[in-house]
Amino acid sequence: MSTIIALIPAIPFLSFLILALFGHKLNRKLAGFIGAGSIGIVALFTFIVAIGFFKSLPEVKSYSVVVWEWINAGNLKVDISFSLDALSLVFCFVITFVGFLIHVYSIGFMSKDEGFSRFFAYMNLFIGSMLILVLADNILLMYLGWEGVGLCSYLLIGFWYKEPANGYAARKAFIITRIGDTAMIIGIFILFLNFGTVNINELMQQASGKWEAGSSIAVLTAALLLGGALGKSAQLPLQTWLPDAMAGPSPVSALIHAATMVTAGVYLIARTHVLFSLAPVVQSAIAIIGALTLLIAGFSALAQHDLKRILAYSTISQIGYMFLALGVGAWSAAAFHFMIHAFFKALLFLGAGIVILVLNEEHDIFKMGGLRKKMPVVFITFLIGSASLSALPLITAGFYSKDEILWYAYSSQSGSILLWLAGIVGALLTALYSFRMIFITFYGEAKTEPAFNPGKLMTVPLIVLAVLSLVGGYVELPASIGNIHLFSNLVDNTLPVVVVKAGENQEILFQLLSAIIALTGIYIAYLIYFKKPSLSEPFSHSRINKFFEKGWGFDKLYDTLFVNPVVWLSVIDKNDFFDWWNIGIARLALMFNSLLSYAQNGKLRWYLMSFAIGIALILTYMLSK
Amino acid sequence: MMLTVSIEIQILFAGILFFLGLIGLLVRRNMIFMLMSIEIMFNSAGLVFIIAATHWKQPDGQVMFIFILAVTAVEVSIALALILQVYHHFKTLDADAVNKLKDTN
Repeated sequence: MSTIIALIPAIPFLSFLILALFGHKLNRKLAGFIGAGSIGIVALFTFIVAIGFFKSLPEVKSYSVVVWEWINAGNLKVDISFSLDALSLVFCFVITFVGFLIHVYSIGFMSKDEGFSRFFAYMNLFIGSMLILVLADNILLMYLGWEGVGLCSYLLIGFWYKEPANGYAARKAFIITRIGDTAMIIGIFILFLNFGTVNINELMQQASGKWEAGSSIAVLTAALLLGGALGKSAQLPLQTWLPDAMAGPSPVSALIHAATMVTAGVYLIARTHVLFSLAPVVQSAIAIIGALTLLIAGFSALAQHDLKRILAYSTISQIGYMFLALGVGAWSAAAFHFMIHAFFKALLFLGAGIVILVLNEEHDIFKMGGLRKKMPVVFITFLIGSASLSALPLITAGFYSKDEILWYAYSSQSGSILLWLAGIVGALLTALYSFRMIFITFYGEAKTEPAFNPGKLMTVPLIVLAVLSLVGGYVELPASIGNIHLFSNLVDNTLPVVVVKAGENQEILFQLLSAIIALTGIYIAYLIYFKKPSLSEPFSHSRINKFFEKGWGFDKLYDTLFVNPVVWLSVIDKNDFFDWWNIGIARLALMFNSLLSYAQNGKLRWYLMSFAIGIALILTYMLSK
Repeated sequence: MMLTVSIEIQILFAGILFFLGLIGLLVRRNMIFMLMSIEIMFNSAGLVFIIAATHWKQPDGQVMFIFILAVTAVEVSIALALILQVYHHFKTLDADAVNKLKDTN
């Protein structure tokens, strides 16, 4: 068991090394086989580990394995050691299984790309780092994985680096997440300074023992860790990088910017939940940030023209739901929505990737249309994904996961009617923009003809993910319908159970409301984007639409507040004292150079003359001594 | 009866020979003449060895001169080959024309 746990993150690194060192010598078939096959093996190992884990429940709730010693300096002892519990198992499952499907899809998607083996090398490095992140049993190793996935995100957003805009998007993503990461590493330092260990379990135990609830140090540390989570998970106010990150290939958007990396913040908060319950202020801030983010991103998604940007804003919005759940203490609901979201959002991104590929890199949904008949498989799977995203009642998994969050947003002890209201408005928006996308892209008249049909390598992962987006919800059914709690029973082995306010038992009423809201959203979308497009005309030309499309002007705000002042300062400060110093050294070197090169004039007799003079001088010196 | 000349005169003679060679080397631009000037300088050095050998009645100096002859023979053959190549390339024997190895500044 422990060997297999250690092998899970090791295998992707091994295949990364093979692809990075020998990738240019391998042919595409072999490179694709190594790249996707290694993730397949890891998925298989995760499956074996999961079976072992379920068998030993409830006696053994976590496995840990020390691979080797990493740092041993003074009282800082850090091991490369992994620990597997219910929370990391859920994340591992999503990373390896969804990751494997996306890798298989990528073989087809990237088949004509010149950077084929480089792509798979980066993707494998990403999977390895992400697995380290979720399996690490100390916070420093986790940070290594955290930065590893950030690096891979940078490399893959800028994968088509010949386009300068892609490089800009990659740098933007890297720098903005770095702001959060800096806060996070300071938080880690504070934890180590106070408790002298980096092991997460020990940290949490000591924190709950030594720190009082609501004390300023607990609040500070929790807020710093939250900063890291906000950056990585693209939440307010660090959300601006994710829409631009769509410059990367579509499988990257599916794997990194929808299913796995952007949910690392959710993982971090769930993993250190003890700390956050010690800081109730920060925890309510998480809920409020989540609620605000899901609304802001929902409105922005409604105004986008680029298919992938719609999905990007939708991702920000859905992670907002997860943060909302974390904020009200519904840990398992957040993990559940993470899993279901990974299924349907990966599906949507992969579907969007096919649509964009066969339409020759056409991103604008208003130039698509009528694809329903031309690509039935993509249409049906995309429809299922959108239905799951908009929480179509009863049949889709998204309904169960989102409904759980909405219910706890109201009924949890730290929940409130306002949070629920934000969530339900967000649900309406979600249904609206999802089906706006469906009606404009797949219905109506065809505006661009598909160039070719996607192969089986690309459609089979879509079908598998579509099935998961439908049946994935049946592992957790609310008390009013089915009453199955497989998922929360599993996660509750690691995370505390959500505390519900006394006397709250109208769950069925709330479910009915959210079901009606989802259906209303779909109907409105049908009405104003398909039946009578004239109804949506005034909105799509209004100024507020432009405002939403630009993501509420956050980019502009940050440009005026931070980017432009720094650029201005660096322009006026081009020649300060330190530059004089450096320029002076360079000038001096140049001066000596011109002096010496004067002697290097290529005239043989000149050289001879200098020999003669030299000899005369030496002789004079020696004789006069 | 051998004509005896004092050693100072002998050395002076070799020195004059050497400077004649050096001046020839410095003022001539034709490479053949420069090569000949070098030969004169070699010979003046060899002459100093012979003078020293006679003065101390030791054979070592004469042995050295044989070495110098061998070295000059080798040197001349290489130098002549180089001069031929230069002539092929530049169609001139002017040493100042061969200045392509200078710093471009």
